[in-house]
Amino acid sequence: MSENVALTERRRTAYLFLLPSLILLVLVAAWPLIRTIWLAFTDATLSSSHFSWVGLDNFKGVLTDPDWWGSVKNTMVFTGISVTLETVGGLGIALLLHREFMGRGILRAAVMVPWAIPTVVSAKMWSWMFNDNYGVINDILQKIGIIHGPLAWMADNAILSMAAVVTVDVWKTTPFMTLLILAGLQSIPLQVYQSAAVDGASGFRTFFKITLPLIKPALVVAVVFRLLDALRIFDLIFIMTNNSNDTATMSVYARNNMIGFGDLGYGSAASTLVFAFIAIFTIMYLQFSRLNLVGGSSEKVSR
Amino acid sequence: MRRSLVESIGLWFAVIVVSVFSLFPFYWAVVSSLKEPSSMFQVEYWPKVLEWSNYSSIFKEQPFGTNIINSLIVASSTVLLCLIVGVLAAYSLARVEFRGRGTLLALILAVSMFPQVAVLSGMFELIKSMGLYNSWGGLTISYMIFTLPFTIWLLTTFMRQLPRELEQAAIVDGASSWVVLTKVFLPLMGPSLVTTGLLAFIAAWNEFLFALTFTLTAESRTVPVAIGLISGASSFESPWGRIMAASVIVTVPLVILVLVFQKSIVSGLTAGAIKE
Repeated sequence: MSENVALTERRRTAYLFLLPSLILLVLVAAWPLIRTIWLAFTDATLSSSHFSWVGLDNFKGVLTDPDWWGSVKNTMVFTGISVTLETVGGLGIALLLHREFMGRGILRAAVMVPWAIPTVVSAKMWSWMFNDNYGVINDILQKIGIIHGPLAWMADNAILSMAAVVTVDVWKTTPFMTLLILAGLQSIPLQVYQSAAVDGASGFRTFFKITLPLIKPALVVAVVFRLLDALRIFDLIFIMTNNSNDTATMSVYARNNMIGFGDLGYGSAASTLVFAFIAIFTIMYLQFSRLNLVGGSSEKVSR
Repeated sequence: MRRSLVESIGLWFAVIVVSVFSLFPFYWAVVSSLKEPSSMFQVEYWPKVLEWSNYSSIFKEQPFGTNIINSLIVASSTVLLCLIVGVLAAYSLARVEFRGRGTLLALILAVSMFPQVAVLSGMFELIKSMGLYNSWGGLTISYMIFTLPFTIWLLTTFMRQLPRELEQAAIVDGASSWVVLTKVFLPLMGPSLVTTGLLAFIAAWNEFLFALTFTLTAESRTVPVAIGLISGASSFESPWGRIMAASVIVTVPLVILVLVFQKSIVSGLTAGAIKE
Protein backbone atom coordinates (compact mmCIF):
# COMPACT_ATOMS: atom_id res chain seq x y z
CA MET A 1 0.00 0.00 0.00
CA SER A 2 2.60 2.55 1.05
CA GLU A 3 4.78 1.39 -1.82
CA ASN A 4 1.97 2.32 -4.21
CA VAL A 5 1.66 5.72 -2.62
CA ALA A 6 5.40 6.25 -3.06
CA LEU A 7 5.15 5.16 -6.68
CA THR A 8 2.28 7.55 -7.36
CA GLU A 9 4.25 10.33 -5.71
CA ARG A 10 7.26 9.49 -7.89
CA ARG A 11 5.15 9.57 -11.05
CA ARG A 12 3.57 12.87 -10.10
CA THR A 13 6.99 14.36 -9.46
CA ALA A 14 8.21 12.92 -12.74
CA TYR A 15 5.50 14.80 -14.63
CA LEU A 16 6.34 17.94 -12.69
CA PHE A 17 10.04 17.60 -13.58
CA LEU A 18 9.14 17.18 -17.25
CA LEU A 19 6.93 20.23 -17.30
CA PRO A 20 9.54 22.99 -17.86
CA SER A 21 11.09 21.10 -20.79
CA LEU A 22 7.72 20.39 -22.35
CA ILE A 23 6.61 24.00 -22.00
CA LEU A 24 9.84 25.20 -23.63
CA LEU A 25 9.59 22.69 -26.47
CA VAL A 26 5.97 23.56 -27.16
CA LEU A 27 6.89 27.25 -27.12
CA VAL A 28 9.95 27.09 -29.38
CA ALA A 29 9.21 24.04 -31.52
CA ALA A 30 5.54 23.08 -31.78
CA TRP A 31 4.06 26.58 -31.77
CA PRO A 32 6.46 28.18 -34.31
CA LEU A 33 6.04 25.14 -36.55
CA ILE A 34 2.25 25.41 -36.45
CA ARG A 35 2.42 29.16 -37.05
CA THR A 36 4.80 28.71 -39.98
CA ILE A 37 2.46 26.17 -41.58
CA TRP A 38 -0.48 28.49 -40.93
CA LEU A 39 1.35 31.52 -42.40
CA ALA A 40 2.01 29.43 -45.51
CA PHE A 41 -1.70 29.73 -46.32
CA THR A 42 -1.68 33.54 -46.03
CA ASP A 43 -0.22 36.48 -47.95
CA ALA A 44 1.69 37.76 -44.90
CA THR A 45 4.68 40.02 -45.56
CA LEU A 46 7.38 41.42 -43.33
CA SER A 47 6.39 45.01 -44.07
CA SER A 48 2.72 44.95 -43.14
CA SER A 49 0.86 43.41 -40.24
CA HIS A 50 -2.33 42.80 -42.22
CA PHE A 51 -2.75 39.62 -44.14
CA SER A 52 -5.47 37.37 -45.42
CA TRP A 53 -6.04 33.73 -46.20
CA VAL A 54 -5.00 32.73 -49.70
CA GLY A 55 -5.51 28.98 -49.59
CA LEU A 56 -3.00 26.95 -51.56
CA ASP A 57 -1.73 29.85 -53.70
CA ASN A 58 1.70 29.97 -52.05
CA PHE A 59 2.22 26.23 -52.45
CA LYS A 60 1.16 26.44 -56.09
CA GLY A 61 3.60 29.32 -56.53
CA VAL A 62 6.51 27.43 -54.95
CA LEU A 63 5.79 24.18 -56.77
CA THR A 64 5.67 25.89 -60.16
CA ASP A 65 8.84 27.92 -59.57
CA PRO A 66 11.80 26.43 -61.47
CA ASP A 67 14.12 27.98 -58.85
CA TRP A 68 12.46 25.87 -56.14
CA TRP A 69 13.02 22.69 -58.13
CA GLY A 70 16.56 23.87 -58.79
CA SER A 71 17.06 24.19 -55.04
CA VAL A 72 15.60 20.70 -54.49
CA LYS A 73 18.04 19.32 -57.06
CA ASN A 74 20.95 21.23 -55.47
CA THR A 75 20.04 19.89 -52.03
CA MET A 76 19.93 16.31 -53.34
CA VAL A 77 23.21 16.63 -55.23
CA PHE A 78 24.91 18.33 -52.28
CA THR A 79 23.60 15.78 -49.78
CA GLY A 80 24.30 12.75 -51.95
CA ILE A 81 27.87 13.64 -52.82
CA SER A 82 28.95 15.11 -49.51
CA VAL A 83 27.49 12.37 -47.30
CA THR A 84 29.00 9.68 -49.55
CA LEU A 85 32.43 11.29 -49.41
CA GLU A 86 32.16 11.85 -45.66
CA THR A 87 31.19 8.22 -45.06
CA VAL A 88 34.04 6.84 -47.14
CA GLY A 89 36.49 9.39 -45.72
CA GLY A 90 35.27 8.89 -42.17
CA LEU A 91 35.55 5.11 -42.50
CA GLY A 92 39.07 5.40 -43.90
CA ILE A 93 40.28 7.77 -41.20
CA ALA A 94 38.58 5.74 -38.47
CA LEU A 95 40.35 2.58 -39.69
CA LEU A 96 43.61 4.53 -39.70
CA LEU A 97 43.07 5.81 -36.15
CA HIS A 98 42.13 2.30 -35.01
CA ARG A 99 45.64 1.07 -35.77
CA GLU A 100 48.47 1.56 -33.36
CA PHE A 101 51.25 3.88 -34.39
CA MET A 102 53.35 6.64 -32.90
CA GLY A 103 51.53 9.96 -32.88
CA ARG A 104 48.07 8.48 -33.08
CA GLY A 105 46.82 10.80 -30.34
CA ILE A 106 48.14 13.83 -32.22
CA LEU A 107 46.42 12.73 -35.43
CA ARG A 108 43.15 12.20 -33.58
CA ALA A 109 43.40 15.72 -32.18
CA ALA A 110 44.27 17.16 -35.61
CA VAL A 111 41.27 15.45 -37.16
CA MET A 112 38.96 17.08 -34.63
CA VAL A 113 40.06 20.63 -35.42
CA PRO A 114 37.72 21.17 -38.41
CA TRP A 115 34.78 20.00 -36.28
CA ALA A 116 35.58 22.71 -33.71
CA ILE A 117 35.65 25.55 -36.21
CA PRO A 118 32.31 27.36 -36.60
CA THR A 119 30.67 26.73 -39.98
CA VAL A 120 30.64 30.42 -40.85
CA VAL A 121 34.35 30.65 -40.14
CA SER A 122 35.07 27.52 -42.21
CA ALA A 123 33.04 28.99 -45.05
CA LYS A 124 35.05 32.22 -44.93
CA MET A 125 38.43 30.48 -44.64
CA TRP A 126 37.67 28.32 -47.65
CA SER A 127 36.14 31.20 -49.64
CA TRP A 128 39.47 32.93 -49.29
CA MET A 129 41.34 29.78 -50.29
CA PHE A 130 39.04 29.40 -53.31
CA ASN A 131 39.43 33.08 -54.28
CA ASP A 132 39.87 33.18 -58.05
CA ASN A 133 42.76 35.67 -58.24
CA TYR A 134 44.62 35.31 -54.97
CA GLY A 135 43.44 31.97 -53.67
CA VAL A 136 45.89 29.34 -52.53
CA ILE A 137 43.95 26.50 -54.18
CA ASN A 138 44.33 27.92 -57.67
CA ASP A 139 48.00 28.55 -56.89
CA ILE A 140 48.63 24.96 -55.79
CA LEU A 141 46.68 23.48 -58.71
CA GLN A 142 48.63 25.62 -61.16
CA LYS A 143 51.98 24.79 -59.59
CA ILE A 144 51.41 21.06 -59.85
CA GLY A 145 50.08 21.58 -63.36
CA ILE A 146 46.50 20.34 -62.99
CA ILE A 147 45.09 23.60 -64.31
CA HIS A 148 46.74 26.18 -66.54
CA GLY A 149 44.92 29.34 -65.54
CA PRO A 150 43.04 30.35 -62.38
CA LEU A 151 39.52 28.94 -62.01
CA ALA A 152 36.60 31.12 -60.90
CA TRP A 153 35.40 28.65 -58.26
CA MET A 154 32.43 30.46 -56.83
CA ALA A 155 31.28 32.50 -59.81
CA ASP A 156 28.94 31.20 -62.49
CA ASN A 157 30.12 27.67 -63.00
CA ALA A 158 27.58 25.33 -61.39
CA ILE A 159 29.93 22.35 -61.15
CA LEU A 160 32.84 24.32 -59.69
CA SER A 161 30.76 26.12 -57.08
CA MET A 162 29.07 22.87 -56.04
CA ALA A 163 32.50 21.23 -55.82
CA ALA A 164 33.66 24.08 -53.59
CA VAL A 165 30.77 23.87 -51.10
CA VAL A 166 30.94 20.07 -51.02
CA THR A 167 34.68 20.25 -50.27
CA VAL A 168 34.09 22.52 -47.30
CA ASP A 169 31.25 20.39 -45.96
CA VAL A 170 33.34 17.24 -46.27
CA TRP A 171 36.25 18.95 -44.50
CA LYS A 172 34.03 20.21 -41.70
CA THR A 173 31.92 17.12 -40.98
CA THR A 174 34.12 14.11 -41.75
CA PRO A 175 35.47 14.30 -38.16
CA PHE A 176 31.97 13.62 -36.82
CA MET A 177 31.68 10.54 -39.06
CA THR A 178 35.16 9.44 -38.05
CA LEU A 179 34.44 9.66 -34.33
CA LEU A 180 31.17 7.71 -34.54
CA ILE A 181 32.68 5.00 -36.73
CA LEU A 182 35.77 4.81 -34.51
CA ALA A 183 33.55 4.25 -31.48
CA GLY A 184 31.90 1.42 -33.41
CA LEU A 185 35.28 -0.09 -34.27
CA GLN A 186 36.47 0.11 -30.69
CA SER A 187 33.45 -1.83 -29.48
CA ILE A 188 34.46 -4.89 -31.53
CA PRO A 189 36.14 -7.41 -29.20
CA LEU A 190 39.73 -8.21 -30.12
CA GLN A 191 39.07 -11.97 -30.00
CA VAL A 192 36.91 -11.68 -33.11
CA TYR A 193 39.95 -10.55 -35.09
CA GLN A 194 42.24 -13.09 -33.45
CA SER A 195 40.01 -15.98 -34.45
CA ALA A 196 39.72 -14.58 -37.97
CA ALA A 197 43.51 -14.46 -38.16
CA VAL A 198 43.73 -18.04 -36.87
CA ASP A 199 41.33 -19.10 -39.61
CA GLY A 200 43.67 -17.44 -42.10
CA ALA A 201 41.22 -14.81 -43.35
CA SER A 202 42.80 -12.11 -45.53
CA GLY A 203 42.69 -8.43 -44.63
CA PHE A 204 40.02 -7.67 -47.22
CA ARG A 205 37.91 -10.64 -46.22
CA THR A 206 38.15 -9.71 -42.53
CA PHE A 207 37.07 -6.17 -43.36
CA PHE A 208 34.03 -7.06 -45.45
CA LYS A 209 32.92 -10.16 -43.54
CA ILE A 210 33.63 -9.08 -39.97
CA THR A 211 34.45 -5.39 -39.48
CA LEU A 212 31.82 -3.88 -41.75
CA PRO A 213 28.83 -5.93 -40.49
CA LEU A 214 29.85 -5.28 -36.88
CA ILE A 215 30.13 -1.51 -37.26
CA LYS A 216 27.01 -1.27 -39.41
CA PRO A 217 24.77 -0.03 -36.54
CA ALA A 218 27.17 2.83 -35.76
CA LEU A 219 27.63 3.54 -39.46
CA VAL A 220 23.88 3.72 -40.13
CA VAL A 221 23.28 6.12 -37.25
CA ALA A 222 26.16 8.34 -38.37
CA VAL A 223 24.92 8.40 -41.97
CA VAL A 224 21.34 9.24 -40.93
CA PHE A 225 22.52 12.08 -38.64
CA ARG A 226 24.59 13.49 -41.47
CA LEU A 227 21.82 13.08 -44.05
CA LEU A 228 19.37 15.01 -41.88
CA ASP A 229 21.98 17.71 -41.34
CA ALA A 230 22.92 17.98 -45.00
CA LEU A 231 19.30 18.14 -46.17
CA ARG A 232 18.73 21.31 -44.12
CA ILE A 233 22.09 22.95 -44.91
CA PHE A 234 21.96 26.72 -44.82
CA ASP A 235 24.91 28.67 -43.38
CA LEU A 236 27.73 27.24 -45.47
CA ILE A 237 25.93 27.85 -48.76
CA PHE A 238 24.55 31.22 -47.72
CA ILE A 239 28.05 32.49 -46.88
CA MET A 240 29.99 30.95 -49.74
CA THR A 241 27.64 31.39 -52.68
CA ASN A 242 24.84 33.66 -51.54
CA ASN A 243 22.01 34.06 -54.04
CA SER A 244 23.56 31.86 -56.66
CA ASN A 245 20.99 29.55 -58.18
CA ASP A 246 23.74 27.05 -58.87
CA THR A 247 24.06 26.06 -55.22
CA ALA A 248 21.00 27.48 -53.39
CA THR A 249 19.47 24.72 -51.27
CA MET A 250 15.86 24.40 -50.09
CA SER A 251 16.65 26.19 -46.80
CA VAL A 252 18.41 29.03 -48.64
CA TYR A 253 15.48 29.36 -51.07
CA ALA A 254 12.98 29.49 -48.20
CA ARG A 255 14.87 32.09 -46.20
CA ASN A 256 15.60 34.29 -49.19
CA ASN A 257 11.90 34.49 -50.00
CA MET A 258 10.84 34.87 -46.39
CA ILE A 259 13.34 37.41 -45.09
CA GLY A 260 15.29 38.57 -48.16
CA PHE A 261 12.19 39.44 -50.19
CA GLY A 262 9.99 39.88 -47.11
CA ASP A 263 7.41 37.45 -48.45
CA LEU A 264 6.56 35.69 -45.19
CA GLY A 265 3.67 33.66 -46.58
CA TYR A 266 5.44 32.37 -49.67
CA GLY A 267 8.65 31.66 -47.76
CA SER A 268 6.67 29.80 -45.10
CA ALA A 269 5.16 27.59 -47.80
CA ALA A 270 8.68 26.69 -48.94
CA SER A 271 9.73 26.03 -45.29
CA THR A 272 6.70 23.82 -44.81
CA LEU A 273 7.72 21.77 -47.84
CA VAL A 274 11.27 21.44 -46.42
CA PHE A 275 9.77 20.26 -43.15
CA ALA A 276 7.43 17.76 -44.86
CA PHE A 277 10.34 16.41 -46.87
CA ILE A 278 12.57 15.85 -43.85
CA ALA A 279 9.67 14.54 -41.74
CA ILE A 280 8.86 11.87 -44.32
CA PHE A 281 12.51 10.91 -44.47
CA THR A 282 12.73 10.70 -40.65
CA ILE A 283 9.56 8.65 -40.30
CA MET A 284 10.82 6.21 -42.90
CA TYR A 285 14.06 5.86 -40.98
CA LEU A 286 12.32 5.36 -37.64
CA GLN A 287 10.07 2.73 -39.20
CA PHE A 288 12.93 0.80 -40.71
CA SER A 289 15.28 0.93 -37.79
CA ARG A 290 12.96 -0.10 -34.93
CA LEU A 291 14.52 2.31 -32.46
CA ASN A 292 14.95 1.10 -28.94
CA LEU A 293 13.78 4.17 -27.07
CA VAL A 294 12.88 2.99 -23.62
CA GLY A 295 16.32 1.72 -22.82
CA GLY A 296 17.68 -1.66 -22.09
CA SER A 297 21.33 -1.88 -21.31
CA SER A 298 23.21 -3.51 -24.12
CA GLU A 299 20.98 -2.66 -27.06
CA LYS A 300 22.19 -0.58 -29.96
CA VAL A 301 19.95 2.20 -31.22
CA SER A 302 19.48 0.64 -34.60
CA ARG A 303 19.94 -2.74 -36.01
CA MET B 1 53.18 -5.90 -34.41
CA ARG B 2 55.72 -5.79 -37.27
CA ARG B 3 54.79 -4.07 -40.46
CA SER B 4 56.31 -4.40 -43.88
CA LEU B 5 58.06 -1.36 -45.37
CA VAL B 6 55.32 -0.83 -47.96
CA GLU B 7 52.69 -0.92 -45.25
CA SER B 8 54.58 1.60 -43.12
CA ILE B 9 55.04 3.97 -46.03
CA GLY B 10 51.35 3.70 -46.90
CA LEU B 11 50.38 4.35 -43.28
CA TRP B 12 52.57 7.42 -42.98
CA PHE B 13 51.43 8.74 -46.34
CA ALA B 14 47.81 8.48 -45.16
CA VAL B 15 48.66 10.13 -41.83
CA ILE B 16 50.33 13.07 -43.57
CA VAL B 17 47.54 13.55 -46.12
CA VAL B 18 44.86 13.50 -43.41
CA SER B 19 46.79 15.91 -41.15
CA VAL B 20 47.51 18.39 -43.93
CA PHE B 21 43.91 18.33 -45.18
CA SER B 22 42.61 18.85 -41.62
CA LEU B 23 45.01 21.58 -40.54
CA PHE B 24 46.01 23.50 -43.66
CA PRO B 25 42.90 25.78 -43.86
CA PHE B 26 43.46 26.92 -40.29
CA TYR B 27 47.17 27.45 -40.92
CA TRP B 28 46.29 29.45 -44.03
CA ALA B 29 43.89 31.66 -42.08
CA VAL B 30 46.63 32.40 -39.53
CA VAL B 31 49.17 33.20 -42.25
CA SER B 32 46.71 35.42 -44.13
CA SER B 33 45.66 37.26 -40.99
CA LEU B 34 49.28 38.27 -40.34
CA LYS B 35 49.81 39.88 -43.74
CA GLU B 36 49.70 43.56 -44.45
CA PRO B 37 47.00 44.60 -46.93
CA SER B 38 49.46 45.15 -49.78
CA SER B 39 50.99 41.69 -49.65
CA MET B 40 47.58 40.06 -49.22
CA PHE B 41 47.36 39.55 -52.93
CA GLN B 42 50.36 37.34 -53.47
CA VAL B 43 50.36 33.74 -52.43
CA GLU B 44 53.11 33.24 -49.84
CA TYR B 45 53.29 30.00 -47.91
CA TRP B 46 54.83 31.48 -44.79
CA PRO B 47 54.70 35.05 -43.55
CA LYS B 48 57.86 37.12 -44.05
CA VAL B 49 56.91 39.82 -41.57
CA LEU B 50 54.29 39.55 -38.88
CA GLU B 51 51.77 42.33 -39.25
CA TRP B 52 49.23 42.58 -36.42
CA SER B 53 47.20 45.50 -37.81
CA ASN B 54 44.36 43.23 -38.98
CA TYR B 55 43.85 42.19 -35.37
CA SER B 56 43.60 45.74 -34.07
CA SER B 57 41.46 47.01 -36.93
CA ILE B 58 38.83 44.30 -36.45
CA PHE B 59 38.13 45.78 -33.01
CA LYS B 60 38.34 49.38 -34.21
CA GLU B 61 36.28 49.28 -37.35
CA GLN B 62 33.38 47.31 -35.95
CA PRO B 63 32.03 46.33 -32.53
CA PHE B 64 33.77 42.96 -32.59
CA GLY B 65 34.46 43.05 -28.84
CA THR B 66 30.75 43.52 -28.21
CA ASN B 67 29.99 40.68 -30.63
CA ILE B 68 32.24 38.34 -28.65
CA ILE B 69 30.53 39.34 -25.40
CA ASN B 70 27.12 38.75 -27.04
CA SER B 71 28.18 35.28 -28.14
CA LEU B 72 29.57 34.44 -24.71
CA ILE B 73 26.42 35.58 -22.92
CA VAL B 74 24.02 33.88 -25.33
CA ALA B 75 25.96 30.61 -25.36
CA SER B 76 26.39 30.54 -21.56
CA SER B 77 22.76 31.30 -20.81
CA THR B 78 21.70 28.67 -23.34
CA VAL B 79 23.87 26.10 -21.56
CA LEU B 80 22.59 27.09 -18.14
CA LEU B 81 18.92 27.00 -19.08
CA CYS B 82 19.33 23.75 -20.99
CA LEU B 83 21.12 21.94 -18.19
CA ILE B 84 18.72 23.02 -15.43
CA VAL B 85 15.60 22.13 -17.38
CA GLY B 86 17.20 19.11 -19.07
CA VAL B 87 18.44 17.45 -15.90
CA LEU B 88 14.94 17.50 -14.42
CA ALA B 89 13.42 15.99 -17.55
CA ALA B 90 16.21 13.43 -17.87
CA TYR B 91 15.59 12.21 -14.32
CA SER B 92 11.95 11.50 -15.11
CA LEU B 93 12.76 9.87 -18.44
CA ALA B 94 15.63 7.75 -17.16
CA ARG B 95 14.47 6.81 -13.68
CA VAL B 96 10.69 6.75 -13.47
CA GLU B 97 8.47 4.41 -15.41
CA PHE B 98 5.30 5.95 -16.73
CA ARG B 99 3.03 5.45 -19.68
CA GLY B 100 4.06 7.27 -22.84
CA ARG B 101 7.73 7.51 -21.90
CA GLY B 102 8.92 5.97 -25.18
CA THR B 103 6.63 8.20 -27.24
CA LEU B 104 7.86 11.27 -25.40
CA LEU B 105 11.50 10.39 -26.04
CA ALA B 106 10.70 9.78 -29.71
CA LEU B 107 9.01 13.19 -29.93
CA ILE B 108 11.98 14.91 -28.31
CA LEU B 109 14.32 13.16 -30.72
CA ALA B 110 12.06 14.25 -33.59
CA VAL B 111 12.37 17.90 -32.52
CA SER B 112 16.15 17.67 -32.81
CA MET B 113 15.66 16.73 -36.45
CA PHE B 114 13.57 19.82 -37.25
CA PRO B 115 15.13 21.89 -39.98
CA GLN B 116 15.58 25.32 -38.39
CA VAL B 117 14.14 27.02 -41.44
CA ALA B 118 10.84 25.17 -40.89
CA VAL B 119 10.13 27.21 -37.77
CA LEU B 120 11.76 30.43 -38.92
CA SER B 121 8.73 32.60 -39.65
CA GLY B 122 6.79 31.32 -36.63
CA MET B 123 9.81 31.87 -34.40
CA PHE B 124 10.35 35.35 -35.86
CA GLU B 125 6.78 36.26 -34.96
CA LEU B 126 7.12 34.72 -31.48
CA ILE B 127 10.37 36.55 -30.70
CA LYS B 128 8.88 39.84 -31.85
CA SER B 129 5.67 39.38 -29.87
CA MET B 130 7.66 38.62 -26.71
CA GLY B 131 9.62 41.84 -27.24
CA LEU B 132 12.86 39.88 -27.58
CA TYR B 133 13.81 40.84 -31.13
CA ASN B 134 17.43 42.00 -31.40
CA SER B 135 18.25 40.80 -27.87
CA TRP B 136 20.20 38.09 -26.01
CA GLY B 137 16.97 36.67 -24.61
CA GLY B 138 15.49 36.10 -28.05
CA LEU B 139 18.48 34.10 -29.19
CA THR B 140 18.71 32.09 -25.96
CA ILE B 141 15.04 31.11 -26.08
CA SER B 142 15.13 30.23 -29.78
CA TYR B 143 18.30 28.15 -29.32
CA MET B 144 16.34 25.81 -27.06
CA ILE B 145 14.89 24.18 -30.17
CA PHE B 146 18.18 22.54 -31.08
CA THR B 147 20.04 22.40 -27.75
CA LEU B 148 17.31 21.16 -25.40
CA PRO B 149 16.41 17.93 -27.29
CA PHE B 150 19.96 16.62 -27.38
CA THR B 151 20.62 17.79 -23.82
CA ILE B 152 17.64 15.77 -22.58
CA TRP B 153 18.61 12.83 -24.78
CA LEU B 154 22.24 12.76 -23.62
CA LEU B 155 21.49 13.31 -19.93
CA THR B 156 18.84 10.57 -20.07
CA THR B 157 21.40 8.20 -21.58
CA PHE B 158 23.99 9.10 -18.95
CA MET B 159 21.53 8.89 -16.06
CA ARG B 160 20.35 5.45 -17.12
CA GLN B 161 23.87 4.15 -16.60
CA LEU B 162 23.89 4.99 -12.89
CA PRO B 163 23.26 1.93 -10.71
CA ARG B 164 19.73 1.36 -9.50
CA GLU B 165 20.83 0.47 -5.93
CA LEU B 166 21.84 4.08 -5.37
CA GLU B 167 18.37 5.51 -5.51
CA GLN B 168 16.67 2.46 -4.00
CA ALA B 169 18.54 2.94 -0.75
CA ALA B 170 17.55 6.60 -0.69
CA ILE B 171 13.91 5.84 -1.53
CA VAL B 172 13.70 3.24 1.23
CA ASP B 173 14.89 5.96 3.58
CA GLY B 174 11.93 8.01 2.41
CA ALA B 175 13.80 10.51 0.25
CA SER B 176 11.74 12.48 -2.25
CA SER B 177 12.55 12.53 -5.97
CA TRP B 178 14.01 16.01 -5.54
CA VAL B 179 16.40 14.79 -2.85
CA VAL B 180 17.34 11.70 -4.87
CA LEU B 181 18.11 13.86 -7.87
CA THR B 182 20.02 16.63 -6.14
CA LYS B 183 21.78 14.68 -3.37
CA VAL B 184 22.36 11.27 -4.98
CA PHE B 185 22.55 11.71 -8.73
CA LEU B 186 23.83 15.23 -9.35
CA PRO B 187 27.10 14.75 -7.45
CA LEU B 188 27.83 11.79 -9.76
CA MET B 189 26.92 13.62 -12.93
CA GLY B 190 29.72 16.17 -13.12
CA PRO B 191 31.42 14.68 -16.21
CA SER B 192 28.08 14.16 -17.99
CA LEU B 193 27.06 17.75 -17.32
CA VAL B 194 30.42 19.01 -18.61
CA THR B 195 30.10 16.96 -21.81
CA THR B 196 26.52 17.99 -22.46
CA GLY B 197 27.18 21.61 -21.55
CA LEU B 198 30.18 21.77 -23.88
CA LEU B 199 28.22 20.41 -26.82
CA ALA B 200 25.39 22.87 -26.15
CA PHE B 201 27.88 25.72 -25.81
CA ILE B 202 29.56 24.89 -29.13
CA ALA B 203 26.20 24.52 -30.90
CA ALA B 204 25.00 27.90 -29.57
CA TRP B 205 28.34 29.61 -30.24
CA ASN B 206 28.31 28.45 -33.88
CA GLU B 207 24.64 29.10 -34.69
CA PHE B 208 24.05 31.36 -37.68
CA LEU B 209 20.51 31.30 -39.13
CA PHE B 210 18.57 32.48 -36.06
CA ALA B 211 21.29 34.95 -35.05
CA LEU B 212 21.23 36.42 -38.55
CA THR B 213 17.45 36.68 -38.66
CA PHE B 214 16.63 37.76 -35.11
CA THR B 215 19.18 40.56 -34.74
CA LEU B 216 19.18 43.90 -36.49
CA THR B 217 22.03 46.13 -35.34
CA ALA B 218 25.78 45.51 -35.60
CA GLU B 219 26.05 45.85 -31.79
CA SER B 220 23.67 42.98 -31.10
CA ARG B 221 25.15 40.48 -33.55
CA THR B 222 26.88 37.34 -32.41
CA VAL B 223 30.32 36.40 -33.70
CA PRO B 224 29.29 34.15 -36.62
CA VAL B 225 26.94 36.83 -37.99
CA ALA B 226 29.54 39.55 -37.48
CA ILE B 227 32.14 37.52 -39.40
CA GLY B 228 29.63 36.48 -42.04
CA LEU B 229 28.71 40.10 -42.73
CA ILE B 230 32.16 41.75 -42.67
CA SER B 231 32.41 43.72 -45.87
CA GLY B 232 34.85 46.18 -47.35
CA ALA B 233 34.51 49.63 -48.82
CA SER B 234 33.20 48.22 -52.09
CA SER B 235 31.17 45.10 -52.58
CA PHE B 236 33.84 43.64 -54.85
CA GLU B 237 36.64 43.75 -52.35
CA SER B 238 36.34 41.83 -49.14
CA PRO B 239 38.82 42.76 -46.40
CA TRP B 240 40.19 39.22 -46.25
CA GLY B 241 42.97 40.06 -43.80
CA ARG B 242 40.45 41.29 -41.23
CA ILE B 243 38.07 38.41 -41.88
CA MET B 244 40.89 35.93 -41.30
CA ALA B 245 41.99 37.74 -38.12
CA ALA B 246 38.42 37.58 -36.76
CA SER B 247 38.22 33.90 -37.74
CA VAL B 248 41.44 33.10 -35.92
CA ILE B 249 40.31 35.00 -32.80
CA VAL B 250 37.11 32.98 -32.42
CA THR B 251 38.62 29.68 -33.50
CA VAL B 252 41.65 29.49 -31.21
CA PRO B 253 39.70 29.28 -27.91
CA LEU B 254 37.33 26.76 -29.46
CA VAL B 255 40.14 24.56 -30.74
CA ILE B 256 41.82 24.68 -27.31
CA LEU B 257 38.51 23.80 -25.66
CA VAL B 258 38.00 20.84 -27.95
CA LEU B 259 41.54 19.55 -27.54
CA VAL B 260 41.40 19.85 -23.73
CA PHE B 261 38.00 18.20 -23.47
CA GLN B 262 38.55 15.80 -26.37
CA LYS B 263 37.60 12.63 -24.45
CA SER B 264 34.53 14.19 -22.95
CA ILE B 265 33.28 15.53 -26.28
CA VAL B 266 33.83 12.24 -28.06
CA SER B 267 31.90 10.43 -25.34
CA GLY B 268 29.04 12.91 -25.73
CA LEU B 269 28.91 12.68 -29.51
CA THR B 270 28.97 8.92 -29.50
CA ALA B 271 26.58 8.49 -26.56
CA GLY B 272 24.04 10.43 -28.57
CA ALA B 273 24.28 7.93 -31.36
CA ILE B 274 25.38 4.63 -29.91
CA LYS B 275 24.23 3.50 -26.56
CA GLU B 276 26.55 1.00 -25.03
